[in-house]
Amino acid sequence: MGIVRLAKMTMRDEFARTQVSQEVLDSAESQPSGSRQIKAEVEGLNFFYGKLQALKNINMVFGANQVTAIIGPSGCGKSTLLRCFNRIHDLYPETRYEGKIILQPSGINLIGPETDPLEMRMRMSMVFQKPNAFPKSVFENVAFGLRLRGINGQELKDHVEQSLRSAALWDEVKDRLRASAYTLSGGQQQRLCIARALATEPEMLLFDEPTSALDPIATSKIENLIFDLKRDVTVVIVTHNMQQAARVSDFTAFMYLGELIEVAPTKEMFENPAIKLTEEYITGHFG
Amino acid sequence: MSDFKRIIAKRKRQDFVFNVVGIVCTLVGLLTLGALLADLLMDGLTRLNWTFLTSFPSRFAERAGILSSWVGTLLIMVVTAFAAVPLGVAAGIYLEEYARKNWLTNIIEINIANLAGVPSIIYGLMALGLLVYQFRLGQSVLTGGLTLAFLILPIVIVATREALRTIPQGIREAAYALGSTQWQVVRHHLLPYSLGGTMTGIIIALSRAIGETAPLITIGALTFIAFLPPPPIKSQPPFISFAWLWSPFSVLPIQMFNWVSRPDQDFVVNAAGAGLVLIVVTLLLNAIAIMIRYRVRKRIKW
Repeated sequence: MGIVRLAKMTMRDEFARTQVSQEVLDSAESQPSGSRQIKAEVEGLNFFYGKLQALKNINMVFGANQVTAIIGPSGCGKSTLLRCFNRIHDLYPETRYEGKIILQPSGINLIGPETDPLEMRMRMSMVFQKPNAFPKSVFENVAFGLRLRGINGQELKDHVEQSLRSAALWDEVKDRLRASAYTLSGGQQQRLCIARALATEPEMLLFDEPTSALDPIATSKIENLIFDLKRDVTVVIVTHNMQQAARVSDFTAFMYLGELIEVAPTKEMFENPAIKLTEEYITGHFG
Repeated sequence: MSDFKRIIAKRKRQDFVFNVVGIVCTLVGLLTLGALLADLLMDGLTRLNWTFLTSFPSRFAERAGILSSWVGTLLIMVVTAFAAVPLGVAAGIYLEEYARKNWLTNIIEINIANLAGVPSIIYGLMALGLLVYQFRLGQSVLTGGLTLAFLILPIVIVATREALRTIPQGIREAAYALGSTQWQVVRHHLLPYSLGGTMTGIIIALSRAIGETAPLITIGALTFIAFLPPPPIKSQPPFISFAWLWSPFSVLPIQMFNWVSRPDQDFVVNAAGAGLVLIVVTLLLNAIAIMIRYRVRKRIKW
C-alpha cells in the first residue's frame, strides 16, 4: 500500500505544480484556487456486495476538469468504483460502503450515511456501457433530467439544444427531435445518452465503458467528445481498452482484484509504470 | 461410412414420424374448435337479428332476446375492470419494484400464482359470504363485478409483473442516475413502457371473466330478468347516477345456461345465438389485445 500512497503523493505534486501556473494565469480571479483543483478525494474506500468485498481500501484523488481513466481486467472493481460516485449501488440490496469520497469544493462525503443518494445522483451523471436511451423521442430523452429539475418551456428547449450540440449530435438530429430515439444508430444513441447526461450540468461525468458496444468510427467520435468535455466537467472513464485510456485521459488508475495498484499521469503510466503488475497488464501479459 | 448412412436414415424416419404425430395432435384441437364454431354459427346465425339483441327474455322462444343479459355483461365488465386494473397493476408494481425480496414476498408470490389456479366457483362462495352477507352489497351488479375482479386479480398482477420484467435494468439505472425518485421512475418510465404487456394481460383476463358463469350463479345472479338497470346518465344534475351498481342482473352465459336447460328446441337455438354474441365479443377482445401488443412491439424494442 506504500506504493499507492506514493502514487497519490505524486499526483498531489502534479496538482500543486499546475496550481502554481494556474494561479499566475488566473491571478485576477478571486476564487480560492486551493480547493478547486481536486474534484474528489477517495479515502479508505471499501465496498461490499453482501459478504463479498469488491473494493479494498481505495485511496486516490480525481482532478477537477481532468479525465481520469480507470483500467484493469474484468472483475477488478473498476465499474464498482465508478458506480460509488452516483450511489447507484444503493438501488440493490445488501450493498455497503466504508470510508469516504469527499467531493470538492463542497466537502460533502458522498457515501456518508447522512448523504442522500438522490442528491448525489442529481449532481452526477453517468453514461453506461450499453446505450440505454429511453423509448421516447430524441427531445424527451435529453429533456427528462431537466424536467426532473423543474426546467420547462423555452429554457428547456434551449438546454436540450445546447446539450445536443455539446454531444456533437445536434446536426444529425435537429430535424427529427420528435422521432423515437430508437431510430438512431448505436453510436448516435450513445451520444444521445451523453447529451442526456450533460444536460443536467453535472459536477462529474462518469463513463462506464461507453464505447464497448460501438464500432471504431462511433468510438472515435465519442473519444473526441470526452476530450472536449473536460473543459466544463470532471470526467471519469472506466475502460477495458488501454489505447482508449492512453488517448483520452490525463490520469490513469490501474486496479486489480479490488485494489488500486497504481495511479499516475497517463503518459507516465504507459511509458514507465512504477509497478511490475501494471507493466504486465499494460503490455498484455494478463487480463 | 455406410453405418452413418443407416443411422442417419433411421433418425430421419423418427423425425418424420414425430412430424406426422405432431400434425395430427394439433389438428384434433383445431378441428374440434372449428366444428364447435361451425355448429354454433349454423344454429345461432338464424336467430341473430336486431330484435334478438333488443328484446328481453320471454316465455316464447321466438320473442326472447338477450338485451338484459348483454347489458348485464357489459356493466359487470366495467365494474370488474375498474376494480381489478388499479388493484392488480398497483400490486404488481409493488411486488416487482418496491418489495424487498425475502421469504415473506416469496410466499406472497407463490400464493398469487396459486390464486390464479383456484376454481372460479370458490371465488363465488367467497363473494357470497363476504360481499353479499357480510358487506350487504346485495345480489347486484357491484357484487358481480367485484367477484370477477377478485377472480382476475392474480392474472392482472402476474401480467403486470411480467411486463415490468421485460424492461431492461439499464433503463431503470439510467432513470435513477438522472436523479429520479422511485415513483418518478415508475410513473415516467416503467408504467408507459410496460403498458403494452399490461394491457394485453388485462384484456386476456377480461375475456376470461366475460365467460364466467359459476361464481355469478353462486352469488345469486338472476336467470330471468325483464328490465334494465337504471341508466348511468340522468337528465338532471349531477347527470351521473350510480344506481345501476345496486341493480340485479343477468349475464350472457347465465342466459345461455338457462335456455339450454329448457326442453324446447327453439330455446336451444336462442342459446346458440347468445353464444355466438359471446364468442364474437371474446374474439374481439383478443384481437384488440393482439393489436396492442403488435403496436407496442413495433414502437419499443429492447
